[in-house]
Amino acid sequence: MNFFKFRKIPLAWLLLSRQPLRLLVAIAGISFAGILMFMQIGFRDGLFDTSVTIHNLLDADLVLISPRSKSSISMSGFPKRRLIQALAQNEVKSVSPVNLNYLLWRNPENLKTRSILALGFNPDDSILLDKEFSKKANLLKNPGRVLFDSLSRPEFGPVEEWFKSGRKVQTEVAGKRVLVEGLVELGPSFGADGNLITSTETYLKLFPANPKGSIEIGLVKLVANSDSQKVSQILNKSLPNDVRVLTKDEFIEFEKNYWKTSTAIGFIFSLGAFMGFIVGCVVVYQILYSDVTDHLPEYATLLAMGYRLKSLFFVVAREGFLLALFGYLPAYVSGQILYAVIRNSTKLPIIMDSNKSITIFLLILVMCMGSAGIAMRKLVDADPAEIF
Amino acid sequence: MSKNAVLTSNLCHYYGFGENRKKVLDKVNINIKERELVLLKGPSGCGKTTLLTLIGALRTCQEGSLNVLARELNGATRKTRQRLRRNIGMIFQGHNLLRCLTAEQNVQMGADLIKGLTYLQRREIARKWLSEVGLEDHHKKLPNALSGGQKQRVAIARALSANPKLLLADEPTSALDSVTGREIVSLLKRLSKDQNCSVLMVTHDPRISDMADRILNMEDGKIF
Repeated sequence: MNFFKFRKIPLAWLLLSRQPLRLLVAIAGISFAGILMFMQIGFRDGLFDTSVTIHNLLDADLVLISPRSKSSISMSGFPKRRLIQALAQNEVKSVSPVNLNYLLWRNPENLKTRSILALGFNPDDSILLDKEFSKKANLLKNPGRVLFDSLSRPEFGPVEEWFKSGRKVQTEVAGKRVLVEGLVELGPSFGADGNLITSTETYLKLFPANPKGSIEIGLVKLVANSDSQKVSQILNKSLPNDVRVLTKDEFIEFEKNYWKTSTAIGFIFSLGAFMGFIVGCVVVYQILYSDVTDHLPEYATLLAMGYRLKSLFFVVAREGFLLALFGYLPAYVSGQILYAVIRNSTKLPIIMDSNKSITIFLLILVMCMGSAGIAMRKLVDADPAEIF
Repeated sequence: MSKNAVLTSNLCHYYGFGENRKKVLDKVNINIKERELVLLKGPSGCGKTTLLTLIGALRTCQEGSLNVLARELNGATRKTRQRLRRNIGMIFQGHNLLRCLTAEQNVQMGADLIKGLTYLQRREIARKWLSEVGLEDHHKKLPNALSGGQKQRVAIARALSANPKLLLADEPTSALDSVTGREIVSLLKRLSKDQNCSVLMVTHDPRISDMADRILNMEDGKIF
């Protein structure tokens, strides 16, 4: 059994655990840094994820947008004709025009207005992947009817509550009367606090300034087994350059990319996470450095006994590794709790996915091992000739 | 193979550089035979400890010849010295136990240096040595919970647990009262004879002179 041959006294663990107060301080410091990083990266990814909640739900293989559109908060229109032209391709099965704009919603309770993202589409088309949605879409065929996003922020009023209790929810959008005919679940984003869906007919009534025949998004469905990448290239070439063809994934990436590059948000949160990283580094370094300094005569004794300097480096490295493990666990648990709190209070989809939990673990590991590496340099001062 | 555990010829050692260079060892010629217990006496600052650290392969040999356990240390690499140290047991004035380890674990740090044994075998060795020094009931105690004499016994057990061929001790009794001091040295003597281990002990303590096989006197870096 090699394990028993190589097993030694767990010096690193004993060095840490026999000073419980110092260990506790270290764990608190590392966890704090970890929580800070979880929060910052959670917000950052949450932003990028929420910015595409609707994009993800769209039932389409290709998406046509105006080349002047920068993101969902600044969509420009393009001629609906282009979408019809796209039908000329054999691979294109169907197309659905969608209007999208921010309109003023009046809170039915306190009558204050607030900007809401409105989608207008033909109720006969299936534009969302949600099966339930197609049934609800039929309700929009009467004019003046809307579907309200029940995940919208509470500032839009107690629409969900009223609707579920059977109360008629009537309010104004852009100064025109509308009736809430149903609820959908989309979710707010950093760009839109709430969403509503309506028919093209109602949309044009609410927003008469919309140029005739102009739409913001064109959804294209392809026949089964066609290569969306290839069709998108063909369409881009064949259609005039007042329209841009993207695959659904490119459309999602286009939106995320706007938030990543054109706003400071990504940078701010990454910087915040970096600060947490630095704080953690300082804490771990302080702990390990004073640990090495305090035990210098003991390390020198080990050298005098014939232990290699390398094996002492491993002791400090193992201390760093243990600190990373012990610090990560409370950070992970607190992260889960805080994410749940944030989800409930802001309705942002901040979730602990494996991507985040692994990233933060690696960051904490790098933080601890890096600090251990710097603290190790002090070990070179352990001179066994000085201890006599 | 030489019969001498330690053999030096014209060993010199200097501290400092240039004008401040000071000779601390001046043509030291000593030999320590196998199983011999040698005391090294002399006033403080005469170079005893320097000699001890040189023999213990803790310093590089500068001038002359120094042969320890049949290995020439003048010109030896760091690696050779580190390997050699595994065969040399050391007992320090201030016991130098690892504060975070129990008595047994401290002893096992010595036994862990033996290659090819399982963890449990090495622990058995540690237990054995603890009972040899009469501390079998204290194996779970931390150094802070032990008395000065007990700590020094643990240090002896630790030094012997790695099967050394040579034991170096630097004033092991200075922190102890006379009764405990004699006890420790007689223990050291008995155990080292059992192990075929030579001992070089630096001491000021006149009370233990009678227990040595031979006494070396040192003054101003010279052996008389």
